[in-house]
Amino acid sequence: MTQLVKINVTVNGVSYEREVEPRLLLSDFIRHDLKLTGTHVGCEHGLCGACTILFDGESVRSCIMFAVMADRHTIETVESLGTPDHLHPLQEAFMEKHALQCGFCTPGFLMTLVDYLGDNKNPTDEEIREAIDGNFCRCTGYENIVEAVRLAAKKMAAHS
Amino acid sequence: MKPAPFEYYAPKTVEEALQNLTDLGYSGKVLAGGQSLIPAMNFRMARPSALVDLNTVAELAYIRPTADGGIAIGTMTRDSVVEYDPIVKQRMPIVAETIGYIAHAQIRARGTFGGAIAHADPAAQLPALSLALNAKLLVKRKGGERWVTAEEFIVGPFMTVLEPEDLLVEVVLPPLAPRTAGSYKQVSRQRGGYAQAATISMVGLDDRDRVKDVRCVLFSVGETPILSKYAAKVLVGNEPTEAAIADVAAYVAKNECDPGSDLHGTAEYRRQLVQVLVRRSLTEAVLRAKK
Ligand SMILES: Cc1cc2nc3c(=O)[nH]c(=O)nc-3n(C[C@H](O)[C@H](O)[C@H](O)COP(=O)(O)OP(=O)(O)OC[C@H]3O[C@@H](n4cnc5c(N)ncnc54)[C@H](O)[C@@H]3O)c2cc1C
Ligand code: FES
Ligand code: FES
Repeated sequence: MTQLVKINVTVNGVSYEREVEPRLLLSDFIRHDLKLTGTHVGCEHGLCGACTILFDGESVRSCIMFAVMADRHTIETVESLGTPDHLHPLQEAFMEKHALQCGFCTPGFLMTLVDYLGDNKNPTDEEIREAIDGNFCRCTGYENIVEAVRLAAKKMAAHS
Repeated sequence: MKPAPFEYYAPKTVEEALQNLTDLGYSGKVLAGGQSLIPAMNFRMARPSALVDLNTVAELAYIRPTADGGIAIGTMTRDSVVEYDPIVKQRMPIVAETIGYIAHAQIRARGTFGGAIAHADPAAQLPALSLALNAKLLVKRKGGERWVTAEEFIVGPFMTVLEPEDLLVEVVLPPLAPRTAGSYKQVSRQRGGYAQAATISMVGLDDRDRVKDVRCVLFSVGETPILSKYAAKVLVGNEPTEAAIADVAAYVAKNECDPGSDLHGTAEYRRQLVQVLVRRSLTEAVLRAKK
């Protein structure tokens, strides 16, 4: 018989109690069980960064964690950032600087960067590139992403 | 679902984890940060029938400065926690310097210090660092424990002395002697990528600037991290002159490593990298030790 494990996870401020198979990946739990499809999956082995979420406030890859590991932990996904009417300053900056084309990689970049910009208010271009070294974008060539991060840092400083 | 089914155990204490591992024997496997194991399971290259999850064992995550000036690190301490720890930075700056080269921030937030050593990937930084720092590893099993040196611990690519019922519990980094410093050098194709060749050198000087102790480790150029015997043989007791270091670098590249060829570089090219990296890391370690 398949083992089911009861987990209690807080995602974007909502607490969920679910029973899951131990082998269920956290990324699939978020997408299929919770229907939060903003978190994307590309490689599903830790390489591309598309599935990045915040786990207890830190950016991590959800495709190389099991859902059972999230029991009694707190998660934020891209859906937590802003709404179409009220974008997060980082999302605004991505839009204004054309830092996305197909948008597949974008949730991963955003969740990596909210964590990073929280700790680093005024990064240099070199530091920005370092911060996104674990995220692949196949469209933009990264230049506009770096510009967007620079702009986002300014916007976020003005907001705070 | 990508991984094959497995039974899941979430022990709360080391005692419970050891009991799980004993009961499960060859069908059990430890789950630490999962940053190597879960990708392998997603490919079904690894299909353990049971996992013992250490993430629920709070007592395995700690950094404890030891009275003699060393540092004891619980196996489940995340790479990023060690990387930013102020005491680690002060006592052994080489540790933070080295961790900065492991993968990406998102992976360092989950990957564990002990897990990387237990994994014994020949291209990984932490097994090499533990060798360069002459680390002592505490291994427990139900009803017993033993200390193993980093040198004894790794026996081959992805192979260690650990038996299925064993748990790596703690890594002790012994204190550095006065006037001892290290330097990390690598070449990789992109930031965060595995190194094509890498070295960590630790150099200790006496009060007349002669080498008292040297541990020069190469990795990603053989089946395990390699501690250069030649570096110690020719440098200890002598001044680390440019010529002496160049001689070590040339010898090590020719005789002490065994790189393979792949799509991204021939063995010959990687030997040349070793020569350059050994020279640079020894030179920098000497300079830092003099400060
Ligand atoms: C995209 C990507 C890039 C990476 N790049 C690098 C890199 O550049 N350099 C690098 O060094 N690593 C890299 N890694 C691997 C990463 O550093 C891993 O975190 C690390 O190798 C394993 O640590 P873990 O805690 O995640 O262990 P896990 O993946 O959980 O376990 C690894 C193995 O060790 C065993 N194990 C773990 N802990 C114990 C213990 N306490 N006792 C007994 N056995 C144990 C497990 O059973 C398993 O077999 C990368 C990973 C990814 C996904
Ligand atoms: S889908 Fe998780 S890193 Fe690529
Ligand atoms: S916008 Fe298409 S992959 Fe980044």
